[in-house]
This record gives sequence, structure tokens and C-alpha cells, in this order.
Amino acid sequence: MATQSTFLDTNELVLNMGPQHPSTHGVLRVILRLDGEKVLGTECVIGYLHRGVEKIAENRTYQQFAPYVDRMDYVAAVSNGLGYCMAVEALGGVEIPERAQCVRVILTELNRIASHLLWLGTHALDIGAMTPVFYCFREREEVLKIFEKYCGARLTTHSFRIGGLQYETYDTFEKDCHTFCDWFEKKVDEYEELLTTNRIWVGRTKGVGILNAEACKAYGVTGPVLRAAGVEWDLRKAQPYCGYEKYDFDIPTCQNGDTYDRYIVRMQEFRQSVRIIRQAVDSLPEGPIKGKVSKVYKPPIGEAYVSIEAPKGELGYYVVSDGSTQPYRLRVRPPSLVNLQALDEMCRGALVADVVAIIGTIDIVLGEVDR
Amino acid sequence: MDEEKKPEGQSAPETEQPKGESPAQFVEGASAEVVPASEPKPTEAVPAASAPEKPAEPAAASPSPATEKPTVEKPAADKPAATDKPAAAEQPAAAAKPAPEAKPAAKKPPPKKVPTVMEVEPWEGPLVDSLKARFGDAIMEFSTYRGQDFLVADLPAAIPILEFLKLEEDFDYLVDVTAVDYPKNEKRFEVIWILYSFAKNLRIRVKATAGEGEKPGTAANIHKTADWLEREVFDMYGIEFEGHPNMTRILLPDEWQGYPLRKDYSIVQQDEDWVRENLQIESGQ
Amino acid sequence: MEEILNSPYLHPVIATLLIVAVFPLVAGYIVLAERKVLADIQVRLGPMRVGPYGFLQPLADAVKLLLKEDIIPTAADKWIFWGAPVLSTFTALTAFAVMPFSDKFYVADVNIGILFILAMSSLGVLGLILGGWSSNSKYSLLGALRSAAQLVSYEVPLGFTIVTALMITETLSMQGIVQSQFDKGIWIAFSNYGLMLVPAMVFLIAAFAETNRAPFDLPEAESEIVAGFHTEYSGFRFALYFLAEYASIFVICGIAITVFFGGWLRPFPNIAFLELPLNVAFPMLLLLAIGGGCALGATRVSLAYEKAIMGVLALTMFLVAAMFAVPMLNELIIGFFWFLFKVLTLIYVFIWVRGTFPRFRYDQLMQVGWKYLIPISMGALVVNGIVLLFTS
Repeated sequence: MATQSTFLDTNELVLNMGPQHPSTHGVLRVILRLDGEKVLGTECVIGYLHRGVEKIAENRTYQQFAPYVDRMDYVAAVSNGLGYCMAVEALGGVEIPERAQCVRVILTELNRIASHLLWLGTHALDIGAMTPVFYCFREREEVLKIFEKYCGARLTTHSFRIGGLQYETYDTFEKDCHTFCDWFEKKVDEYEELLTTNRIWVGRTKGVGILNAEACKAYGVTGPVLRAAGVEWDLRKAQPYCGYEKYDFDIPTCQNGDTYDRYIVRMQEFRQSVRIIRQAVDSLPEGPIKGKVSKVYKPPIGEAYVSIEAPKGELGYYVVSDGSTQPYRLRVRPPSLVNLQALDEMCRGALVADVVAIIGTIDIVLGEVDR
Repeated sequence: MDEEKKPEGQSAPETEQPKGESPAQFVEGASAEVVPASEPKPTEAVPAASAPEKPAEPAAASPSPATEKPTVEKPAADKPAATDKPAAAEQPAAAAKPAPEAKPAAKKPPPKKVPTVMEVEPWEGPLVDSLKARFGDAIMEFSTYRGQDFLVADLPAAIPILEFLKLEEDFDYLVDVTAVDYPKNEKRFEVIWILYSFAKNLRIRVKATAGEGEKPGTAANIHKTADWLEREVFDMYGIEFEGHPNMTRILLPDEWQGYPLRKDYSIVQQDEDWVRENLQIESGQ
Repeated sequence: MEEILNSPYLHPVIATLLIVAVFPLVAGYIVLAERKVLADIQVRLGPMRVGPYGFLQPLADAVKLLLKEDIIPTAADKWIFWGAPVLSTFTALTAFAVMPFSDKFYVADVNIGILFILAMSSLGVLGLILGGWSSNSKYSLLGALRSAAQLVSYEVPLGFTIVTALMITETLSMQGIVQSQFDKGIWIAFSNYGLMLVPAMVFLIAAFAETNRAPFDLPEAESEIVAGFHTEYSGFRFALYFLAEYASIFVICGIAITVFFGGWLRPFPNIAFLELPLNVAFPMLLLLAIGGGCALGATRVSLAYEKAIMGVLALTMFLVAAMFAVPMLNELIIGFFWFLFKVLTLIYVFIWVRGTFPRFRYDQLMQVGWKYLIPISMGALVVNGIVLLFTS
């Protein structure tokens, strides 16, 4: 790929955005082939954070493995836990009580907000707006406080158990959620005011990193990236789980599939998540928080693939059970990995300065890409 | 825990050696030790119920589903009436049988009798019909487990099936490509493609078994997403995909020796030469 | 002794010594102000540790930079590597020679003042290019070239807008420009029926680009090239570049204030009845408020020396406020007060913009300069010229 450059020879330049990078979202290495400022192609080298999670799963019991899943998408750990618990529960045919489902929804949506906040802060920082990151982290702090009050941990929460929940909600849980929702909606307005119509922001994001619906489906890209391309598809509506069919919310979509549209979609998702949280908190039923699950959890021989709408896309767990207490095979279908594959397509014809914006807009977490 | 397992292992009457036609089968073995997964752990047979297994089925199916009835009932209730498969025929019949009838068949009443096969139901529908019409014998099984449809096909037929599903049945989204290792089987790997159709809102799995060294075709020409997914399968299992544009490792370093997700690769094993050479340390394990 | 005191060089030499001696400190405190203002915008506190409320931070930074190891890349061109930051600092500081701090305090009043400043800032670009080139790093050079292209491009609208203002002032001398604003009784930015606002705004935008400040700071901030032309510089050489950058910010703000916003004049310089409130009451109140704030801060800090520093600051502010009450002293220092007040306000706006806007991509940056600013400034020149012709 690298070429000898003679004087005034315009061969392609190979530039390495190495695993350590100021605007990287983890340890991602991107090898760029440039013609001057234009990007001819990119190649991603991943695996710097590979920890063998799937192999570990084969050596732990189902309950023992649950904390490991938080560490994959560590920014939005609650969704990982939800997907895993749902997959294992599907294998064993466990019924989750309504109260547990409702609380799961609340925590998952709070987690979606937290994940998108981190995305917004870092994405804005990559593009050069250095202030939103502080505001976003201030908001994220409030969500993490709720998590901490609920289960004791901020980031890798292990909030759910197979069969339901471990902890009952604490006293002021509903009040905290409502306070947060009211406060947060105004903050979203602030972000929109700061960025949405800002000419520089629009100039940096409109028309950058276009991935249309065809390409999205071909690459298996899901989540906000797919919705920004015009495909109105959200697993929470298409194949509802965990009681989502009870809540009234919209699926934000845009038409062009560029970075600006993905920004708009995620900003709208803030508002929709707030809607869901409010409805869920208001309708929180009484009841047990855990279904009937034996202490030694042994699902029957079988396999199941369960996927959820994680903040980053379709997060799927394919679990194969051999009837023992340990999974025979646990496969995690990471949205970040599949979405990252489309980076090459999105960067074609972009300028070097856009590559960073595009990596940011896909919203990847290397823990999930590499597992 | 172990004690529970052992008797069941012994009590399961069949010592069948299910052969390659039904993938995803565990070989009946001795006691099931729950040890690190590098040992061939599974001891219960879990065949996707297929016709040739009929003779073994009645023995296996009747005691086993009994105790699982409450949970199997639900997906069974959803499915269209299963008729032609004996195992399926068993289950509605077995469903009629009250649980206590299973108890005498089980050797130990207190521990629940777990099934030794995956209790699938047949999968019917227009999609099945069109697939059968198109591929006939190449697809050996159409089943459903827990409401999730899958089919088991011959390895050479897998990619044509994917292509057919994409072009004619609107399964335009390849969700995942993965594999499972059953070392005791004759064809040790089972490659799984999970597909989804936006138009129909349906998700199905296509499974095929591959022996050591057998190469499935690549789906990268049909679904671009298969590129990295197949690379990961190669990285973890050593299954090469014929025609893949860049069949190299993706997560592990390129020069790594060994395929970690295989069952004979221990959890503590590392490629010590690579570690010594590249990191200049002795691997701590 | 008599000779020295009567020499015509006394005044300029003292002024020069004062500027050169004081300015590094001033630049350091502008850096501190930037950090504190940015922190305020970003919901945090900024430096708080060194001195009361971080007030001694510039000293700590200076000491740190001086003590750092002097690293020169082996393949770098040693003399040019040494000379490039010197050149940048030299040109930036030389521009102070004609800066009209007040009607009493300036180094020299040449009759081509504004031309001199423009020439000096153009020369400053050379310091950038030489720095990037002498580092002998492909990416430093690329960053330097980008930066140089940006600076050169934005000098054109800068020049056009200044020429537009010069049509009104009819003199190139900096003091003369201020004087003409006094004579006309209105700041140039608001004169000519408000048509001069356009060149004023264009000048400010070009000023951001000229100083490599956000939103035009791509060459030095975001690039994968790390830090552009000053990647390989560390320690005191880096401090010199830094000094040059903040000096040029001060210079550009000074030019903006002088040419468009009245220099050392108070608002409405000719309206007599505003003399008392604006020239006496306003500075006194402002300084009393700052002094009061310092005193309040003195009560809040815990360490003794911090209290002492805050107390001294408060007293100084009160003293200076008192000075404004005395008419003779007021005359001496009021010009300087207004100049400083306006420049610092503009610097605050610079920092505010940095904290608010994202960065332009390089091609968008060039587009803004060539496709928008240059035509607009040319148009403004023509329009203002025509209007002036018909109204004078």
C-alpha cells in the first residue's frame, strides 16, 4: 500500500490513526489511504481489547457470567445485561414478573440516555466543540447516581438477574426518575440550541459519511445509523420485548443517512426515552421482582437467539445450552462491530478531517467490538 | 450438582451415537462432570429431532419432555399443529399425559428429568414450502425451538439457500454468522447463519455442519456484512470460507496459532511463542 | 542627566522597556483568563490550586516551561529551529511599537502606523512556516503550510476592511485614526449610517482566522498531525510560540479597537455631559466592584498568603479607583483604562467564541475566507466609498 514518493509524485499516502489516538473511542486502529486530503480507503485493525468473553462464558455458570457482559459495552452496561438475561431466560422458559419487566425498561432507557449523552459529548469534542462534553457528563452523572442508588454501581451495573431483578427499587426511585426526566428535557433543548442550527456544526456534519438504506441493510447496520437512513425499524417496536408494547413512543427517522441525520435521530431518541421512562414509572405495578428460577439454573438442551435494541444497534445473544449449568456456547452479536464494518463505505471520498467525525457518528465502543 | 447429573446420564436409556445427519448432537457419554469446558462436557443427546431418529425418539422423548411440559407448552401452543414428525407427535400426546406419568419412567423422582434432546417442533409455512420446493433434500430439517425457526441444511447448499432467501424471500439482513464446536460429532462444527427479513419481520437460522477442513462458501458476496463476521469465525474456529476476499484473523494477531473457541483449546491456553516473541514475556499462565 | 531627561528617546525607550518587560506577564494572565473563562462556560472551575483562585498559575507555568529539557530533533535544522519562534515573537512584539494605548502612553506614533502593523503580522507568518519546516517532520510541515495558507488568505479581507476604515480616517497613523474618531464624535464601526458595521464584523471574523483561534484552529488543534507546526517544540521554545500567539491576539484586538471601536476614547467621546458618568463614575464603580470581589475572595480563601495576595489586589483596585476621582490623574490614565477595557472585552469574546463553536474543516475554512469574506469586504469597500463620496 505504501508507495515511494518521488518529488511532486502524487502517490497515495498511508496514514495510521493508531490505537492510541486523541479522538479514538477506545483502542481502534484505522489505516487510511489518502490522496492528498481525500480518503481513498480505510482499513480497521481491531482486537486490541479482545478478552475472550465468549470462551469465558463456556466456563462459568449462567449466573456467574452475568457480570462479564457489562464489560463489553461498558458505556451502556445495562442493555448488555438485559440482552443476556433475556436470552438465558428464553432458553429456560422463565417468566418474568411484570414489575421486574417495568423496572428493567426504566433502567434500560436511562442507560440509553446515558450512552447517547456520552456519544454526544465525545462526538462534539471530535468536531471541535469543546463545551458540550462537560454538559453531557453532568447529565450523565445524574443517571449514574440513580444507578448507584439502585444497585450500588455506576458503570458496570449488573443490574438484572436471571429471572428478574435482585434488588427492589429504593424509596425515592420513582421521584428521582421523574425529577431527572423533567430536568433532562430542558437540557436536551439546550443542546439543540447549541448545535442543531449552528452553521459550523451543520457544515461539518451534513453530507458527511452518508450511508443509505441499501448499504445499511447490506452491511447489517442497525440502530440509529439505520434509522437515520430512513428505515423506520426499531426492535422495540418490530419484535417487542420486556413489555415495550405497552408504552407509547415514536421511532425517530431521517432521510439522508449522513452524520447530521444521525445526530438528529439520537437527539430525538433522548426525548423518546424520556417518554418511555415517564410512562413506565407511572405504570410501575406491584408484585414480585423475580420469577421462579432455581438456584442452580440449568436450562434444557436447546439454543436461542435473543436480541434487543441496544443504544448502538441490535445486540444479540445466541446461547446454546447442553443442559448443564454452563452455557455450551455463548455468542454475542455486537452492534458496534457490524456497524464499524461500514466505516470504509462511509469514508469514501471524505476528507481526512471527516474520518474522525464519521468514527464518532457510528458510536462504537471497543469493548463491544472486540469482546 | 454433579450427583444430579450422573444418574440422569446413566438413566437415559439410549446410548445412541447419532451421526452427522442431525447436527448439533451430543454424544451420549459417561457421567456429566461439570468441569472446564475444554473437556467434552455434554453428555445428553440433543438431536434436533429428525426422522431417522425415530426409533430412539419414543424412548427419549417421552420421559424427557414430561417435566419440561409447562415451559414447552407455550411455544408448542404457538406453533401450527405438528403432525408428521414423530417427536412432535409425541409432544402433544405427551402433553396430554400428566406429569406424574413421567415420574415412574424417571429413575429419581426428586430431580427434574431434563430432556436429553432439544425439543423442537416442526416448522411449517409458506417459506418452508418454497424452500423445500427449491432445495428438496439439501435441507434436512425444518424446526422451531422456543418460537425460533431454523433449518438444517447440507453445507454446500447453505450459500445457495442464503442467496435464495435474500433474492426471493426478502431476507435482506444477515444478522450474524457464527459457529459451534461439537468435537464428539463426526462433523464437528456447526455453522449458523441468522437472517432477518425487514419486510416480513421474521428471523430464521440456517445451520449446516462442517467437518474439520471443510470450507463453507462465503456469504460476503450476498451480504456485505459477512466479511468481518466470517473472519471472526475463522479466527475463533479455523473454519475457512471459500471465496472470502480477506480470510485473515480479525481479533487475534495475525500470527497467532490455535483457534481459541474450539473445545480442545483450554481456557488458560495461549500461543506462548507469539507472546514470547512479541511481548517478550513468559506467558503468565 | 538633563540630556537624558530631555532626550526625545526617553519616552519611547521607557515605554518599550515597560512593554517588553510586562507583556510576557500579561500574556500569561491572558492564558489564565482563558482557562478560567473556558472553565466557566464548561461548568467547572479551572486552575484553583496555585495561588488564590489559581491566580499565580502563570508563574507556575512559566517556571515549568523554563525548567523543561530542551529537545531538538536530530535531523532538524538547528539555527532555523532556534530562530523561528524568535521571529514570531519578535514580529508580534514589534507591533506594540505603534499600538496607541492612550493619548499619553505609546512607544511611537509613525504616520504609517497601520501599514507597519500589517507588515509585521504578515512577517509573522514566516515564523510559522520556518518552524514547521525546520522540524523536519512531514506532518509538522503540512500543518505549518496549512496554517500559513489560512493566515495569508485571511489577510486579504483584513486589509480590505482596514482600508474601508481608512477612507473615513484619512490617515494611516494609529493616533491619527483615534483622533479622527474623536473629531467625528463617533466610533468608526457605527459611522457612515451604520454601513461600517459590515467591515467591522468582517474584520473580527478575519481576526479569528489570523490568530489561529477557534473556530479556525484546525491546523493546530484537531488534525491527526497532533499540533501542526509546533509539534516538535517543547519547553521554552514552545513558550515563545505561545507568547507570540497571545501577543498577536492582543495586537489584533488592539487594532480592532483602535480602527473600529474608538481606541482609547470613551463611548460618545464628544458629548460633554457624559464625561462625568463615563470617565469618572464608570471606572470607579468598575474598579470598586473588582476590588470588592477580591476582598470577598480574600475572606473565602484559607491560606494566609492567599489572603494576603487577594487583599493586596483589593487594595490596589481601591487605590486605582480613587485615582480616577482626581481630575489630573484621571486625565492621565483614562485613555489607558478605556483601551484596556475594550481590548479585554474583545479578548473575552474571543475566548467565548472558542468555547462555543465547533471547528471548521480546512476546506470550509478556505471557502469562508475566499468565497464569503473577500467579496463581502470588497463590496463593503465600494459601498462605503460611494456613500462617503456623496455625503461629504
